[in-house]
Amino acid sequence: MNRFFTEEHEWIEVNGDIATVGITDYAQEQLGDIVFVELPMPGTRVDRGGEAAVVESVKAASDVYAPVSGEVVGVNEQLEDEPSLVNESAETGGWFFQLRLSDTAELQGLMNEEAYQAYVAALG
Amino acid sequence: MRYLPLSDADRGEMLARIGAPSVDALFADVPQSARLTGPVAGLPLHAPELAVERHMSALARQNMVAGEVPFFLGAGAYRHHIPATVDHLIQRGEFLTAYTPYQPEIAQGTLQILFEFQTQVARLFGCDVANASMYDGSTACWEAISMARRITRRTRVQISSGLHPHYLSVIRTMARFTGDAVEAQAPELSAQTDVAALAGAITADTSCVVVQYPDILGRIADLAPLAEAVHAAGALLVAVVTEPVALGAIRSPGEMGADIVVGEGQSLGVGLQFGGPYLGLFATSQKYVRQMPGRLCGETVDAEGKRGFVLTLSTREQHIRREKATSNICTNSGLCALAFSIHMSLLGDKGLSGLARLNHELALKAAERLSRIPGASICNDSFFNEFTLILPGDARAVVRQLSEADGILAGVPLGRLYPDEDALAGGLLVTVTETTQPDDVERLAMALERALA
Amino acid sequence: MSLNQSGWRPEAPVGDSRGQGAQTATGNRALMLEERLIFEIGSSESCGVDLPAPDPAAPPARLGGLERAAPAGLPGLSEPEAVRHYTRLSRQNYAIDLGLFPLGSCTMKHNPRLNEKVARMPGFADVHPLAPQGAIQGALAVIHELGEWLKALTGMPGVAMSPKAGAHGELCGLLAIRAALDARDDPREVVLVPTSAHGTNPATAAFCGYRVEEIGATADGRVDMTALEARIGPDVAALMITNPNTCGLFERDIHRMAEAIHAAGGFLYCDGANFNAIVGRVRPGDLGVDAMHINLHKTFSTPHGGGGPGSGPVVFSEALAPFAPLPAVRLADGRFHLVEEETQADHGHGQSFGRLAAFHGQMGMFTRALAYILSHGADGLAQVSGDAVLNANYILRCLERELDAPFVASGPCMHEALFSDKGFAEGFSTLDLAKALIDEGFHPMTMYFPLVVHGAMLVEPTETESKAALDQFITALASLARRAREGDPALKSAPHFAPRRRLDETLAARKPRLVWSEE
Repeated sequence: MNRFFTEEHEWIEVNGDIATVGITDYAQEQLGDIVFVELPMPGTRVDRGGEAAVVESVKAASDVYAPVSGEVVGVNEQLEDEPSLVNESAETGGWFFQLRLSDTAELQGLMNEEAYQAYVAALG
Repeated sequence: MRYLPLSDADRGEMLARIGAPSVDALFADVPQSARLTGPVAGLPLHAPELAVERHMSALARQNMVAGEVPFFLGAGAYRHHIPATVDHLIQRGEFLTAYTPYQPEIAQGTLQILFEFQTQVARLFGCDVANASMYDGSTACWEAISMARRITRRTRVQISSGLHPHYLSVIRTMARFTGDAVEAQAPELSAQTDVAALAGAITADTSCVVVQYPDILGRIADLAPLAEAVHAAGALLVAVVTEPVALGAIRSPGEMGADIVVGEGQSLGVGLQFGGPYLGLFATSQKYVRQMPGRLCGETVDAEGKRGFVLTLSTREQHIRREKATSNICTNSGLCALAFSIHMSLLGDKGLSGLARLNHELALKAAERLSRIPGASICNDSFFNEFTLILPGDARAVVRQLSEADGILAGVPLGRLYPDEDALAGGLLVTVTETTQPDDVERLAMALERALA
Repeated sequence: MSLNQSGWRPEAPVGDSRGQGAQTATGNRALMLEERLIFEIGSSESCGVDLPAPDPAAPPARLGGLERAAPAGLPGLSEPEAVRHYTRLSRQNYAIDLGLFPLGSCTMKHNPRLNEKVARMPGFADVHPLAPQGAIQGALAVIHELGEWLKALTGMPGVAMSPKAGAHGELCGLLAIRAALDARDDPREVVLVPTSAHGTNPATAAFCGYRVEEIGATADGRVDMTALEARIGPDVAALMITNPNTCGLFERDIHRMAEAIHAAGGFLYCDGANFNAIVGRVRPGDLGVDAMHINLHKTFSTPHGGGGPGSGPVVFSEALAPFAPLPAVRLADGRFHLVEEETQADHGHGQSFGRLAAFHGQMGMFTRALAYILSHGADGLAQVSGDAVLNANYILRCLERELDAPFVASGPCMHEALFSDKGFAEGFSTLDLAKALIDEGFHPMTMYFPLVVHGAMLVEPTETESKAALDQFITALASLARRAREGDPALKSAPHFAPRRRLDETLAARKPRLVWSEE
């Protein structure tokens, strides 16, 4: 299982040194209808915990943080015309961006699926 | 007191219901030392309408009213005839006392009008989209520069010498905090604008080039070659229109390639009012929509499928983005935008072009007459309804004399706008609109001849 | 990611058949008339203005060869069509003239018609800003007189009249603070802002180059003094507060806040949006405030106009007054002087941080506000704040058993009462209650602000509401609160009786259509 989660409700799926990042289904539900996603430019370097993207609903703009450090190597261009993908399939087709990881050790600090579900349940 | 409906009996009942002994008791959280024991000292007590009217009338009488004298002032604020209908409509309580349309179901009046206004402004300026207005032309101009910086990520701002000096002053104030490097200089009394020189000075650091159209001296330049040069360098062209009536006669900046067009809408529907409230206009291309400042009204449908309008793309704004907002502006100039839109609807293309043609005709005749004044000449090759008359000697002194001795408001002397530029001291901006009386030009000419003799 | 703490989750609107009566052929419903766009009813050939024919003897044009090749695409209407178009549209708006407008922190008080009459006197309305100073002494007198009133009411020695609206005034205040710090070579990096602050506060601070740090609130809804005093330091340029705060509560520790920030060499900025609670009774200068913007369109009754124009003059302490923007109006040698760049040094404005806007400020709002202030006088203004606070407390007490009021235990509120959605049935929100309030004949209160309370509802009645109006509002709100607790499904599809049902804001944001086009 190479999918991990952060307390900030991002998921990250790792394949070698490339990882795909998005927000969780729980997060999209909390946000309501997504109207726009501001994605980073390919080539941007992000640090773990740093702001990487912004997801907007009609009334709020929420920062999405990079779960680990790396360089942005791809973004989900479909989101430009169909931000609703994030609501419909946050954990698959509604992915945000891909990173080339700079330090795979950072993955140690993240939760697995079970731990994340427990975390969300505790949030109440 | 006529604006306060509560009676003492009401207050008594309400205090009983609240369980407080007095209204003062409700202010218990205010530190005792800060609570005043009586009305603020030194200020008058309440007054009936009649007394207030008298007081204000007396002050109003101490001002020279533009409509009562020969009047030739412009320089970014223009006197046009506003049809009687406009003021009646904007005084309807449902417009005057409505709030920002955040609850769209009960604000479709405001919202539909904003949608119409945005469309009118976009079409007038030759752009794809426009916002629901800004405070005024000067702050709209600054917002355009800010937007250009966000889009290009560059900071060198080249400003035409033809931009209104107040607008430049605002830009300089604001640029100190954004790192924009502003380059500008005072205009010369030449027949043409500095558009060619601007084009030649563009570099890879340029975020935008800002030009006024027509410019502060009234000159009109073809912006298309400049737009090409600006785009070749990856920069944006910002055009500033302080007299939108001109666009009834001349091409729009948008169609000549301007990326952002801003302006002052005061000429239509909004009177002189000693400088405010005015109406900032802001328009740009579709591709820059998310970078636009200000409120935006968009079309949608309601739960029954009926067409309706809402404020949209609000996440750009400060009440949501807070530190990361595209600007800190909250308010648009709603009632002024309404007045502009009504006036524009009464005019339409036909009326606007007719009004523009009339303005230009009258200005041409005035220019002809004034250029015959011994020692005076017209600076401009081109102009719409405002041109620069060059007088021998100091134009400010002449204007003061004509105002005090002849009761004529002769125009805006350049020395008023550029007190440090001796080379401009002889320049006088003369504006003629459809409200200028036939005899006024002759009276002005004769008074000038006397003053210069 | 930072999740949505306010509790506002927008959903696509739910349609139902409630409220639909018999259908008409026109789509009209008696006095509720549908109205199309001018682009659909007007034409390029129509015109509601008569203009003379072109003069064949006019000199040749001098437009630089840039004559328009094609019309802009602006439809015209005859006068009767225009009157009908805009009159019909006006009737689709709620307004203060129609009823209570309980928007917290907006102060939607009655807009006196005397204000409109005065503003339209030709000696104010038809005067050019650049006329020679001898020809505009009356206009300068108005600006000066209003400024003197604002200084006296706030107990502050300096005033800037030029900011065009509240947010512009905040910018003015912070720019003066920054200028003062620059002048003493003391650059600082941080501005402190309570978590309950309005979004303009951090937006303005960020624009001025400051990093914004938030200070939390205590359980009784006020700024956490422990957290504040721990954080204040030599890197803090200013503390921006609102007092009364956005929860409608007076910050009792304001003197301590002022002392703390002053001791550290910083400044206290006060957002004046809530001045209506204390006008005529408390002077912010006595509280230690260094700069405060005043919304003339709130406390001083100038009309909201469907979104503007506003006016945001700023009062200043002794320390900040020298840095106020240009222009200013000074009285010297029996004459009023408009002080611009040219004469700024002569009139003590040599350190001004510069100009904020073209010309001299929102004169049209100055005449209105001055007429209002003269009408009330010092005694009337104290009555304004008294009745405003009384009205809000009456609403709070009458509803405290129906709606959760998170701070009711901590004492009286000021001019606005704050409620939350606690106790609503599962799946029912503040938004649902607010939309149902529309059917009851009221504009909704401020929703989801301040962010510190879940599902916040901030109610500010103002002093111009009669007891009968308040009682009717309370009846409506009590009924809706009960329906929200019970989970009445009809709330979800409200409003039913407004000119439009709930509108799809998601669609408007996903597929923005900002102008009309032929297709």
